[in-house]
Amino acid sequence: MSSMSVTKASAAIVGPGNIGTDLMFKLMRRSDIIEPRYMVGVDPTSDGLARAKRLGLETTSDGVDWLLAQDELPDIVFEATSAKAHQAHAQRYADAGILAVDLTPAAIGPYLCPPVNLSFNLEAANVNMITCGGQATVPMVHAVSSIVPVPYAEIVASVSSRSAGPGTRANIDEFTETTASAVEVVGGAQRGRAIIILNPVEPPLMMRNTVFCAIPPEAGEPGDLQDRLLESIHAMERTVQEYVPGYHLRAAPQFDPAREGWNGQARVFIPIEVRGRGDYLPDYAGNLDIITAAAARVGDLMVAHRLGVATTWKSSADLGDLADPLTGVRQEAGV
Amino acid sequence: MGDMTIRPDDIPVVGREVTETEVLENQVAAGGECDLRITDSTLRDGSHAMSHQFTEEQVRGVVSALDRAGVQVIEVSHGDGLGGSSFNYGFSKVDEFDLIAAAVDEATQAKIAVLMLPGLATVKHLKRAHAVGASVARIATHCTEADVSLQHFEEARALGMETVGFLMLAHRASPELLARNARTMVDAGAQCVYVVDSAGALVLVDAQERVQALIDEIGGDGAQVGFHGHQNLSLGIANSVLAYQAGAKQIDGALCALGAGAGNSPTEVLAATFQRMGIRTGIDLGEVLSAAEEVVRPFIPRLPWMDRSSITQGYAGVYSSFLLHAERAAERYGVPAHEILQKVGEYGYVGGQEDMIIDIALELAETRSLGNLAAAGAR
Repeated sequence: MSSMSVTKASAAIVGPGNIGTDLMFKLMRRSDIIEPRYMVGVDPTSDGLARAKRLGLETTSDGVDWLLAQDELPDIVFEATSAKAHQAHAQRYADAGILAVDLTPAAIGPYLCPPVNLSFNLEAANVNMITCGGQATVPMVHAVSSIVPVPYAEIVASVSSRSAGPGTRANIDEFTETTASAVEVVGGAQRGRAIIILNPVEPPLMMRNTVFCAIPPEAGEPGDLQDRLLESIHAMERTVQEYVPGYHLRAAPQFDPAREGWNGQARVFIPIEVRGRGDYLPDYAGNLDIITAAAARVGDLMVAHRLGVATTWKSSADLGDLADPLTGVRQEAGV
Repeated sequence: MGDMTIRPDDIPVVGREVTETEVLENQVAAGGECDLRITDSTLRDGSHAMSHQFTEEQVRGVVSALDRAGVQVIEVSHGDGLGGSSFNYGFSKVDEFDLIAAAVDEATQAKIAVLMLPGLATVKHLKRAHAVGASVARIATHCTEADVSLQHFEEARALGMETVGFLMLAHRASPELLARNARTMVDAGAQCVYVVDSAGALVLVDAQERVQALIDEIGGDGAQVGFHGHQNLSLGIANSVLAYQAGAKQIDGALCALGAGAGNSPTEVLAATFQRMGIRTGIDLGEVLSAAEEVVRPFIPRLPWMDRSSITQGYAGVYSSFLLHAERAAERYGVPAHEILQKVGEYGYVGGQEDMIIDIALELAETRSLGNLAAAGAR
C-alpha cells in the first residue's frame, strides 16, 4: 500500500456503468483522501470509460487482469459489476492487499450499512454494501429492533424501471435474498423478507421503500414505548440524511394493533422516499444514490482509519450552496 | 390506449352459426381432443377474494371437482404467487406448499400450476413447488419488465416444468411493446405467453390486438399465446372469445369468477360459451357447473361483483388485487375506496405496490381534513 504513507489513497472503480460513474463523481467531490485513479471495464465502447478518461482517470477495457498488472496498484477498489464477477475477483484483490468495497450482492465480506455497523468492520479487507434496498431499509429495521424485539421484518423497495440496470434485472433473486439476509444480520430482525418492484411509469417514480416490522403488542398502542420507537426512527432518518440528503419519511410511521394473523404481534409501517442527490444520476434514481453514497462514505472512513487521519467526507450540507462543478459533465452525459 | 373507437370491422364474428345438433354432437365427457386449454385459477387468483384464507379441505374439494370436470390445469398459490404470504399482501392461513401438495394428491389427470413473480419469489420457491409436485410454472412480470424473469424460466425448464409467461397489466403496453416482452420470455424458455388483463381494463379490440401481436411475434416459434381476463368491465368472457379467435390456445378462468377485483372470467361460463360455439375445451359442462354451484359457491364469503370500486379499477386501469387492500385502508383512514383506487390509476402503480395504498389513503385523509378545516373557516 505505497500511497498509504502519504495522505491520499488511490482508488479503482471496476464497472463503469451508472453506479460506477456516480461513485466516481462522489469520490471526486466528497473525499479528500481517496483519489479515483483507474476505471476498469470490459467493453471498449462503454460511455462510462470514455467519460472517466475525459476526467483524467486511467481507463481500460481489459478488465481486472489489466488492473492487477499495473506497477502501482490501487489501495482500494470499488466493485460495481455483478455478484458473479466479484466472486471471481475478490480473492485476487485480497492477495494483492487491496481493500475491496463490494457494491454487488456477492456478500463475500460482512454486510455494511454505515449508520449501523461500520465501526465493527473498519479492519475488514472486503466489505459488502448489501443492495440499494438494503441501504434504504436496514437502518430503519435497526432503529426499531434497538428499542423492541422484532421477530419479523419485511421490506418492499419500489424503484423506477429506468434506474434498474441489466445487472439487477438478471440477478433479481440475489437482490431479494441478500437484502433479506441483511435485514436479519444487520437490521436485527429474527427473520427478514425483501421484495423489489420495478415500475416503468413516466415521469419516473422516486425510490420508495416500505419497512414493516412485527413489534410487541404494547408498542402498537400509543404510549411511552411507541414514543421511544418514533424517536428512534426519526433519529435514524437524520443520521442517514448526513450522507444521503434526499432520504426522508414520506409520512408518519403507522402503527397497527396486534392481530391473531400476525402471531399476536402488532405492526409498524415506515414509508421512506429517497430522492437522488444527482451527483451524476437523475433525482428519481435515489436507489443508486443511496448505495453509491454509502460506498463512498465507507471507503472514506476505512481509508481514514488506515491512514490514521480524520475522515474528510463532505456532506451535501457541507458542499451546500456551491455551484455544482460537474453540471456541465452531467449535461454532456444527457442525464 | 390510443384510439378506443370500436368499428364494426374490428369485431370478429363467429364464421357461421352453430346448429343445435352440432352443439349436442360436440358435448364431450371430460377429456378428449381440445381446441383450447382452460386453466382454472380459483385457487390462486381466488385467493385474493378469500383474503388468502383457503383451507386444505377447500383446496381438495375444488381440485377434485375440477379434475372430474376435465379441467387440465389448476393453479394453486397465494394470490400474489409463491411467497406472497406477507405483511404487504396478506398472510396465508395455510402454508401454500401444503396446499399445493394437497392439490397434487387430489388430481388424477390435471396438472397443478403455480404462479411466481420475480422480485417477490425466487428460484428457491419454484424448486420447492416442483418438489411437492407442481408441474407448470407460470412466471409473471409487469408487462414491460420481462427481462427480470430470465433466471426463473431457465430454472423452470431445467426442472422439467411446463412454462408459461404472464405479462401483467397488459393494457399499459402497446401491442408492439407487449410482443417484444413476450419475445424476451420465449427466448428465456417460455412455452406460452399470456396477455394478462390484471386490471380488467382491456375493451374487446384492445385485448384482441394484443393477442394478435403476440401470435405474430412468437407463434412462429411454436410458442402458444394465452389470455387472462378480469370482469371489472364485465368483458372477461367476450375478451376470451376474441382472444381465441385471434389464435390464443390457453384461457384462464375461475369458478364463480372467484378472483381479484370483480373476479376472473368464470370457468363455468367459459366452458358453456365455448361449447355453444362448437369449440372443444375438454370440459364436461355439467360437472363444471356443479363444481361452481356446489363446491365453490358455498364457501365464498362474498361473490366478486362489479361495484363502484371494481368498476373504477377497470376504468382507471388498476391492478385488481388492490381492491380489498383499498377497502381496508378506506375503513381505517375514513376515505372512500374508489377514490383511493382512482389515485392508484393516476399514479401508475403496478402489481406488488400494495403498500402505496396506505400512502394514498394518508394523502387523501390529509386533503380531507384540510378541506374540513377550510370549510370551518380556518386559514
